[in-house]
Amino acid sequence: MSIDTRALLYLVAAVAFVLGLKRLGSPRTARSGNTIAAGGMLMAVIVTLVDADVSWTILGSGLAVGAILGGTAAIRVQMTSMPQLVAAFNGFGGIASALVAGAEFVKADGLELPTETIFTIILSVLIGAITFTGSFVAYAKLQGLIGGSPITYPGQKMVNGLLAVGIITAAVIAQISQDPLAFWLIGAVALVLGVLAVIPIGGADMPVVIALLNSLSGMAAAATGFVISNSALIIGGALVGASGLILTKLMTEAMNRTLSNVLFSGFGATSTSSAAATGGDVTTTTPEDLAIALAYASQVVVVPGYGLAVAQAQHAVREVATLLEARGVKVAYGIHPVAGRMPGHMNVLLAEADVPYDQLLDLDQTNNLLPRTDVVLVLGANDVVNPSARDDEGSPIYGMPILEVDHAATVIVVKRSLSPGFAGIDNPLFYREGTRMLFADAKQALTALGSALEDV
Amino acid sequence: MPGIPLTPDVLSPVVVGIIVFVLAAFVGLELISKVPPTLHTPLMSGSNAISGITVVGAIIATGAGSGTLGSVLAFVAVVSATINVVGGFLVTDRMLGMFRKPKRPEDTK
Repeated sequence: MSIDTRALLYLVAAVAFVLGLKRLGSPRTARSGNTIAAGGMLMAVIVTLVDADVSWTILGSGLAVGAILGGTAAIRVQMTSMPQLVAAFNGFGGIASALVAGAEFVKADGLELPTETIFTIILSVLIGAITFTGSFVAYAKLQGLIGGSPITYPGQKMVNGLLAVGIITAAVIAQISQDPLAFWLIGAVALVLGVLAVIPIGGADMPVVIALLNSLSGMAAAATGFVISNSALIIGGALVGASGLILTKLMTEAMNRTLSNVLFSGFGATSTSSAAATGGDVTTTTPEDLAIALAYASQVVVVPGYGLAVAQAQHAVREVATLLEARGVKVAYGIHPVAGRMPGHMNVLLAEADVPYDQLLDLDQTNNLLPRTDVVLVLGANDVVNPSARDDEGSPIYGMPILEVDHAATVIVVKRSLSPGFAGIDNPLFYREGTRMLFADAKQALTALGSALEDV
Repeated sequence: MPGIPLTPDVLSPVVVGIIVFVLAAFVGLELISKVPPTLHTPLMSGSNAISGITVVGAIIATGAGSGTLGSVLAFVAVVSATINVVGGFLVTDRMLGMFRKPKRPEDTK
């Protein structure tokens, strides 16, 4: 196959990626979009294999091992664990790009490489290695292998700064002398830097981290595309790099924070609660009273938070919603962009529990509906419904867009205790008139609510 | 003057690559901004699988003349990239299969 034919066929694969991503923009076409993108990938692989001068033993065993590992993980994973799985896949993509660039360098075996090739090899190794270890630290945090709270130590920024300087120095040396040692050094330091960059970031900030790592894995692929002059890698990498950046931006906006604040502030570790505890009395309720309130409402909005996922209560909430719908109550779900541990996580959990996607409302849709809502059921969410973000200029989360549940007639908060959220900020919503607290585990509360509803 | 071949000015591959990269990045930005929040997780895992296109590079890297070190790097690269590609597309398909159409009448289970 001539180099031109090959390039044109890679272009067809790239077009399949673009079409696939486009179809991922609507729930009706998304599944076929994913299939089209996968078809493009298969085609790119076949085009590469035709007349390829490759070691079939290495290649065949590598493909088999990878397919078995990846396939098993994809089939077995629970939807609650989706963020860590995507983090792990990101990590593998990143390291693969770095290794391809590394192999290209090794293959040159001392022959002088063009300046731009050396430069892109450095970029690819650097980004790929950071993505690899960064993703696996994120994986460990999400999986609970290490604590989710930010890990900080004195001089942290100094250490990271020194490592960055070390990488730049090694890069300059590598660029000038093409010394293999300098390349290994870049790879090794980048691996360390990936770990150190993610450990100070708290569990609740993971949506931003995962989106950013997603973008980086694309950038690494694009850099590798430059190394081996392959347009399929450049296009695929650029698409993913751009997509990850947009999601990163959406997530930081949803927290009203800047990217550098998320990455470098150790939010939650250092911030002492600045707002004095609001205190006051809370009104508690029981599943039986709650059942009556819900059964006679006409519009109910459920606001799920990460607590719902932790309690594996998405099916329980769906069962309650089914009972309510049978009574003619309209049920919708108000989902804050950072409600889960990755963008859109809560939507997937509810989809798994058979909630139709037209009932999953985004921030603006929910806030439009809330003034016409009789009962809001807040399940394991806290900061995303905290009115301080809107009203209290002194609050650390001031300015963060929230679900304005206090605009609804009645707010019911299901929560294990009055403990504050990850940022250590008290929530005046709990003490407000019209709010009732049900202190319970989300799943137990919903089960009790379900049986109480049968009796109403 | 016959016999002297024309040598047109040819863009270097890097410049062509940069042009392709920048245009593709803008296409990506346009496409992704339109994806509703409901689909952000499948979008992320699907696009993540696309970044596994690096598997093409990994395949080429297993080529002859890479020596032992090169072969080891290439093998690990093929395994990692394949995990990314196969796992990514499969799990995205699994997730999207769960997104249920809006209710028709009598659709409650």
